[in-house]
Amino acid sequence: MTALLTLALVGVVLVVITAPMRHARAARRADPDARAGAPASAGGSASAGGSALAGGSALAGAPTSAGGSAWASSTDLEAAREAKYREIRDAELDYRTGKLSLEDYQAIDADLRAEAIEILDRYERAGEDERAGEDAARP
Amino acid sequence: MAGFGFACLLLALVVCAYGIGASLYGVRGGHAQYIDSGRRSVYALAGVLTVAVLVLEIAFVRDDFAFNTVADTSSRTTPGLYKAAAIWSSQEGSLLVWAWLMSLWSSLALFLTRRRIRDVAAYATAIMLGFGAFFVFLMVVYANPFATTHPAPAEGVGLDPLLRFPAMMIHPPILYSGYTLCTIPLAFGMGALLARRLDAEWIKAIRRFAFAAWLFLGAGIMLGALWSYSELGWGGYWGWDAVENAALLPWLTGTAFLHSLMIQEKRGMLKVWNVSLVLATGTLAIMGTFLVRSGVLNSIHAFGGQTLGVPFVILIAALIGGSIYLVVSRRDMLRSEHRLDALLSRESMFLLNNLVIVGLVFVILWGTYFPLISEAFTGQEASVGPPWFDHYTVPLALVLVALSGIGPVIAWRRATLANARRNFIAPLAFALLVLAVLLAGGVGSKPWALAMFCCAAFALGSAAQEFYRGTRARRAMAGEPVPRALVALVRRNRRRYGGYIVHIGMAVLFIGVAASSSFQRVNELQLSPGQSTRVGSYEVRYVRPTATLTPKEDSAHTGSTMSLGALLDVTKGGRHVATLEPSEGFYASQEASQGTVGSLIGGQPVSHIAMDIGATRNVWTAIQPDIETPSLKRIVTVGNKTLPPEDGIVGIAYLAREYLKHPPPAQFNLIVSPLVMWIWIGGLIVVGGALIAMWPAPSVVRARVCARSRARALGSRGLARA
Repeated sequence: MTALLTLALVGVVLVVITAPMRHARAARRADPDARAGAPASAGGSASAGGSALAGGSALAGAPTSAGGSAWASSTDLEAAREAKYREIRDAELDYRTGKLSLEDYQAIDADLRAEAIEILDRYERAGEDERAGEDAARP
Repeated sequence: MAGFGFACLLLALVVCAYGIGASLYGVRGGHAQYIDSGRRSVYALAGVLTVAVLVLEIAFVRDDFAFNTVADTSSRTTPGLYKAAAIWSSQEGSLLVWAWLMSLWSSLALFLTRRRIRDVAAYATAIMLGFGAFFVFLMVVYANPFATTHPAPAEGVGLDPLLRFPAMMIHPPILYSGYTLCTIPLAFGMGALLARRLDAEWIKAIRRFAFAAWLFLGAGIMLGALWSYSELGWGGYWGWDAVENAALLPWLTGTAFLHSLMIQEKRGMLKVWNVSLVLATGTLAIMGTFLVRSGVLNSIHAFGGQTLGVPFVILIAALIGGSIYLVVSRRDMLRSEHRLDALLSRESMFLLNNLVIVGLVFVILWGTYFPLISEAFTGQEASVGPPWFDHYTVPLALVLVALSGIGPVIAWRRATLANARRNFIAPLAFALLVLAVLLAGGVGSKPWALAMFCCAAFALGSAAQEFYRGTRARRAMAGEPVPRALVALVRRNRRRYGGYIVHIGMAVLFIGVAASSSFQRVNELQLSPGQSTRVGSYEVRYVRPTATLTPKEDSAHTGSTMSLGALLDVTKGGRHVATLEPSEGFYASQEASQGTVGSLIGGQPVSHIAMDIGATRNVWTAIQPDIETPSLKRIVTVGNKTLPPEDGIVGIAYLAREYLKHPPPAQFNLIVSPLVMWIWIGGLIVVGGALIAMWPAPSVVRARVCARSRARALGSRGLARA
């Protein structure tokens, strides 16, 4: 009984943890040209469909530990953009609740908006770069 | 089934080893499928450990005393619900629950980040699985929860009677959830350092988990305090015990992190500080587990053995060394993007708050580990007591409560003195009013308590003003009625107003702590039936003794063989206040040498407290009946000689009857503590505020607000370009 239960559990564990490899292999079989599982490069790589594509593209463009660059991905910039929007709202609330004078609020708001524009510009550039990478990778 | 349980542990160890290898291979070589496989190893670990926990839980419920853990911590007379919770009362069961909870929380964190920061998450996966491997290894090598004895004993030792308290059924898993959740920000922080991705994204990924860790640790600490107050028979809720401090330390660094995190999110500042706080919080959480489980320090809360010290010390040393190396080697990437705009700003208040908290952490850390330090240097273990802790922590706590009132009324980036002055007037006036009232009421004799009441009043006034002004601004903008404006205000600014609610809860909690510790009235004495005594302004009369027999009849529902107590009549100024019935439970022991009657009550006796709980004060009573009188001892001796084991309860019945007929004087501990209830109410407010702050904003509102902010920003871009 113990042996049977253990074997069943080992089987379930194997199915769970090897699923990505099976998907990658299936994707490779479906598209032999794809380089599923190939090392991702910093410039954006192509990978085959299924999870390998999702995984590959998610890693692609992101700096790997070996690369170690300070490059910011669009998701990082998304987080920075949301934080900046929140800061703009907070400044407005600070003004409306009497913690900021009108002059201070206007100055801070202008600074924040300038910072938000810079983030939006970088975000758009990052999006264009990513799209260009994907286009280049498409056969 | 024990063999299957142990096989689960071995499988878990293999899964951890594989997952670590797959994650590191995947991230170093850029193989996405191996990263996915590593993440799925954490899910598999959670599944395997869930099966292991179920195997052990079933053994507890079925009274399978072949399992050593079950035989040592449960018995047939242990009430059913306590039986189900007994799994975490043993060293082995605790380690299993720790690893299991860690695997569940880690799975959730990795599931939520499965499409983001995959390189950071891959390193984090390896670190989480490293923790999993460590705890599973401890179980496999040192403390196997599935160890068995054949033939199985007919009866178990029973759950430690001290743990037969409702809050103790949920206290350990909640506290362990806090500890294990602390390892998630630690793993992601180390992952971000290893992947050299130290921007906003990893902070965003762990923010909610850091909040959850803080919330669970806080709730665990409060439940532990409630247990101490309601069960331990000394009438206190906090004793600066090593294990209490061990949970408080990561909670404090977590508090500092949750404040300084906002500065990094908004200004890109304090990156070194924040990542250091994350690493320190995770390391302190492991140190907390080490204190509970290693038994290196004496504590009423420590239920571990002495065998796990060395592995834990190695893990902690590796964590500290690794953290320092990573932060130092990545310091160039952790430079601040901005500087403080002004000294008078919310950022600087948060910085001050962080410094005070870190000061508090160092004081508590020193006091907690002082016995180990003194033993290392002098060869003798010496410890510091509550007065030492109070001497240093009370002034720091005062500053913290005051800062919790100052911070909210100061603007981000820069605040002018004129604005600050205007915002301080109402809270300060409220604090001064409270000061005047308290001085008139004679509270001036306790200056520290007086200072705490005033600081708390200032914090409450400041928070109330924030809600008032925010609601007013909302009404001016949307023309909503007050209740709807208030709800909309909180709903759209959950983090800000949830945080203010937490401040309110902390102020209320500290009012309760200051009042109950400074103005407590205690009376410890012996009373015989019919005698009375005074405690504070209350008169307590010992009306008559009480007794219950057999685990089924135990009025406290803790499964004691016999409980002896007293009926107390509490009056104030001749007016009846309450009838209380404290008792002491006597439990069976496994010591055959105590005889057939003696062994039925030979276990550790435990106080069952009786309280009259009120909004302004608690009347707390405990009794220690004397069963060592010659007449009662004679009954036990004669019973041991004459009664067969199955009739031992008859001797106990004789003993209880004799106690009721000729009750000897009993020792009473009577305490009147003002405002204790507000400690628990404050704790509940803190939990409520934290839940509001960490709850995700409604997607529709978020989308609308983001769109508005984007439109505004883009509008000004047009202006700027023009």
